Amino acid sequence: MTEYTTGAPEEPGSQWYDSEAGPLVRPYAMTGGRTEAGPTGVKLDLIALVTLDPGAAGTDDDTALGPEHRELVELCRLETQSVAELAAGADLPVGVVRVLLGDLLELGRVTVSRPVPPAQLPDERILREVIEGLRAL
Amino acid sequence: MVSEHSEHSGHSESTADDTSAMALKILVAGGFGVGKTTLVGAVSEIRPLRTEEMLSEAGQLVDDTDGVDQKVTTTVAMDFGRITIRSGLSLYLFGTPGQDRFWFLWDELSQGALGAVVLADTRRLEDCFPAVDYFEHRHIPFVVAVNCFTGARSYGSHDVCRALDLDQGTPVVLCDARDRDSGKEVLIRLVEYAGRMHTARLLDSVG
Repeated sequence: MTEYTTGAPEEPGSQWYDSEAGPLVRPYAMTGGRTEAGPTGVKLDLIALVTLDPGAAGTDDDTALGPEHRELVELCRLETQSVAELAAGADLPVGVVRVLLGDLLELGRVTVSRPVPPAQLPDERILREVIEGLRAL
Repeated sequence: MVSEHSEHSGHSESTADDTSAMALKILVAGGFGVGKTTLVGAVSEIRPLRTEEMLSEAGQLVDDTDGVDQKVTTTVAMDFGRITIRSGLSLYLFGTPGQDRFWFLWDELSQGALGAVVLADTRRLEDCFPAVDYFEHRHIPFVVAVNCFTGARSYGSHDVCRALDLDQGTPVVLCDARDRDSGKEVLIRLVEYAGRMHTARLLDSVG
């Protein structure tokens, strides 16, 4: 392995560009160092569905939002998405996305549907629908 | 897909009526290299997305972190896919992290899960023992799907069932993780089984 120095390496292909070079910003810097969502303390499930709040959709006052917040808002504008999809779409760790979504939730920009707790989960009608849906795929 | 939004603002409450969007979660577990990502990819309508969960010293993940050394920051990748049943009803598939040391992540993943698919390879059946144990202990409905690799000696589902010492009734399905129809069949068997388990439990609780 060649030693990596700050000088420009001559060997072609030995330089890393863009995402290959790794993140320029440490992930939790985007959350101001917070690892947990705000005072409401919601722990969002990976499949919790995030929808833009239609009431707040018109507000263009984005001064309170960072670029990552805005990216999440844009992703939600396309369609309702799960927390996991948003993390993949924004290319951010789930933990970071949870904190950012907590902010958006507190600002009233999004609403989040919690998954049904397991005790109530498989409503027979829903399950039948799922089975028929799978068959029809 | 056009998102449907319910009119009432009780959306964030944990009630599930017909108007609110609903998501169901299915886990795909099994040993390393058994075909979890392949299965997720075969049935998913979206290119399998990859999400990364970062574990840090803050360790706010779950209660059960016994024996888990969280001193270092680690990144765990999870694959997932989606199947839209209809507008407002989607199925999400999660490939669980393969390494044993990320088990505590499973607790979070399995919370509220409809059920799980345990993928097995008959050439190294023991790789799926931990997953079988995990779901049995937590009473999470699961099916064992034997991924029929070419070149592997084929066993009947009964042999696999006995070798794994499965609880009575746990379905064992032979499948080809690359094949969409085969994967669909596995999921159908799981949902059917989860429904039976749930009904049985309800009857137990009233009897």
